[in-house]
Amino acid sequence: MSDHASHKGDGPEVYFQYEDIDQQQESYVVGMWSFLATEVMFFGALFLIYTLYRWKFHDTFFGAHEQLNWKMGGVNTAVLLLSSVFVAFAVHFAQMGKMKIVNLFLAGTLLCAGGFLVIKTFEYGAKFDHHLFPNHSFSYADPEHHESKSFWDEKLPSVLQMEKHEQEGDPKNARLFFSIYFTMTGLHGLHVVIGIIAISSLMILIKIKSSLITDYVPVELVGLYWHFVDLVWIFLYPLFYLIPR
Amino acid sequence: MSSTIIEQGTVEKPHSEKNYLNADHTLKSWLLTVDHKRIGILYLISVTFFFFIGAIAAAMIRYELTSPKGILLSSEVYNKTFSAHGIYMVFQFLVVAIPAVLGNFLIPIMIGARDMAFPRLNLLSWYMFITGGALISLSFILGGVDAGWTFYVPLSTLSENQISLCLVGIFITGFSSIFTAVNFVATIHKMRAPGMTWYRLPLFIWSHYATAIVVLLGTPVVAITLFLVVVERGFGFGIFSPELGGDPVLFQHLFWFYSHPAVYIMILPAFGIISEVITCFSRRPIFGYRFIAYSSLAIAFLGFAVWGHHMFISSQSAFQGIVFSIITWVLAIPSAIKMFNWATTMYKGSVHFSTPMLYALGFMGLFLIGGLTGLHLASIDTDIHVTGTYFIVAHFHYVMVGGTILGYLGGIHFWFPKMFGRTYSEFWGRLSAMIVFVGFNLTFFPQFMVGYLGMPRRYHYYYFAPEWQIYHILSTAGSSVLGLGFLMPGIYLTYAIFKGKKAGANPWGAKGLEWEKCASPPVTENFSEPVIVTGSIYDYNPEEDSKLYENEDDSMLSGRGGL
Repeated sequence: MSDHASHKGDGPEVYFQYEDIDQQQESYVVGMWSFLATEVMFFGALFLIYTLYRWKFHDTFFGAHEQLNWKMGGVNTAVLLLSSVFVAFAVHFAQMGKMKIVNLFLAGTLLCAGGFLVIKTFEYGAKFDHHLFPNHSFSYADPEHHESKSFWDEKLPSVLQMEKHEQEGDPKNARLFFSIYFTMTGLHGLHVVIGIIAISSLMILIKIKSSLITDYVPVELVGLYWHFVDLVWIFLYPLFYLIPR
Repeated sequence: MSSTIIEQGTVEKPHSEKNYLNADHTLKSWLLTVDHKRIGILYLISVTFFFFIGAIAAAMIRYELTSPKGILLSSEVYNKTFSAHGIYMVFQFLVVAIPAVLGNFLIPIMIGARDMAFPRLNLLSWYMFITGGALISLSFILGGVDAGWTFYVPLSTLSENQISLCLVGIFITGFSSIFTAVNFVATIHKMRAPGMTWYRLPLFIWSHYATAIVVLLGTPVVAITLFLVVVERGFGFGIFSPELGGDPVLFQHLFWFYSHPAVYIMILPAFGIISEVITCFSRRPIFGYRFIAYSSLAIAFLGFAVWGHHMFISSQSAFQGIVFSIITWVLAIPSAIKMFNWATTMYKGSVHFSTPMLYALGFMGLFLIGGLTGLHLASIDTDIHVTGTYFIVAHFHYVMVGGTILGYLGGIHFWFPKMFGRTYSEFWGRLSAMIVFVGFNLTFFPQFMVGYLGMPRRYHYYYFAPEWQIYHILSTAGSSVLGLGFLMPGIYLTYAIFKGKKAGANPWGAKGLEWEKCASPPVTENFSEPVIVTGSIYDYNPEEDSKLYENEDDSMLSGRGGL
């Protein structure tokens, strides 16, 4: 809404509701952090669900997690971490005002994000081929029965002990594992796609020297979001791919 | 009429002056506006619309229950009717009404800002609210939802109805309130005028700040929970369904983790309104400002630790039940602090019974009953006795209708002259406030009694106990009176928007930036000159201010103005 905006000299654009550029930038950062608090709670509920079911069905979760390819997941972790490094550099150069270099680093981030999605597609494809997508075609046979001891075995309340005993090796618990796996990684993938859209729009706006990008704050906001997406994966990877006995 | 008694010489400007209402008249200028005041008006129109849909469903429920055998609806249609009532009232009205209408309109003005921090996000949240409402309505047109507003699994995953569509609508509405809350937090943190320190903020702002925190932390949890139900229905993922390995009680935990704080999302903004109204019409500075401010935050945070009291009869352990019960009792303390502070504010004040004050006093009485019966339900043994009966229904209607809606109506009547620059008929205003109070009690007090006797909720007949009919008839008669009480403001306020007397900038002689520094209706930039706050905003003086009302009763009785 350029009719509401006023240019004050050569400095960054200050929208009409703000007193000065500092207030505007701080408001944006506060708004973004509030939104990220929401996102934390959004994923937090899923992490809670994961924790409860893994606590309850530890053995099944251990057996099911061996179906996942920890090497591919590991590569993906590295790729995302690298993308976060690129974003950090992009924010750094945006603060220095070197927008051309910013675009370079953002392109690097996009490349990593694309790579992440490609690897993810291969992983998902393999799960579909092995009938591990938890819909009606799901079929799963515990390859060998794991007699694994976990820390929680003796600590479970008696009700859960009984339930656990009854449901030992029940394939529907493995289905639960894959339901949570697809939900959480799927939602994370959706966040990666949103991030790709945000980063490419940011790059285009920088490229055409849009009046929306007059300082470093937009890059910083997108950077905050991207770090959050990265952080979620940092938790997802060990929880799904690296379950200990 | 009476509201124009106080002659204000300060901000008498010629009415040809541009304000936010007449700045531009095209429909496009309304639908693409980024002005927080216009967005508040857009919300006002839309929540009123959704309120009347919910009210029609309520009327059908009440009519059905006048006979022990049921006279109007089949069981299935009755389930869909009370689901519609709950879904529209909770998600499309109560959660949204006060923050999105009065909060949007007043927060920037009260803190001395020109607009919200993110005006375009504000407009986007209105469009998301409308989209969510449209999808919910579509789901009812295409066949309805019969799982209640709580969507308990496995009923909601097995039901053949349009539940997925409805849940998507609620999800979108939820994100609309998250965006509003992001806006509130950034605005209150960063947009305050010079001198507007945290302890000079009006209590309306404090309670909206607490509300925004609850929305930010609670709404995403229910969003993901309802999303998982959609995924379960759509793809067959089994996270909550027992036959797929899931745990249905987990759904209840996650659902109430939001939906209990949601009642504080509904009531906290009403607390803010009452604090302002009581202070203004008692002509005394608010008693215990910091206690009221901090009790809002205490309610916001404690509210996240009590959800298990909805689940005393689920499979949660007795120990959990005791813990949740104790925390719920503790939560009564900050609410009581507010009640005592309001009562003490009125003590030795120059209390004046204008329409907003009547609503505020009605609020205090009804919220007291709602809150005290809440303590019956916080105790495990009485709760187990009355769970699933009309006692529960009566309790939460006392809090939601008697609390939130009376607070909302009081706020609308209080700030109406500011919003539209006109005054409504004080006679009709007071009459409607009293009709609402009487009608409300007539509707819901019999429900306490019939609930205690054992009438189950969600039943559309009670042929097994026809002696309950008298309570239901009383309740239905009361709901007709209540409906009349809600309809009347709709009529005389709409009339006043176009034909009411012009109001000065400060018709109530109230304090606060919105009254003292801002014209009625406000200009688009809110303030014509920069705002600097130098002292407390609640500097009322009962002795001097009582003169403001000397001639008031004469004009009231002379009946000037009429409708």
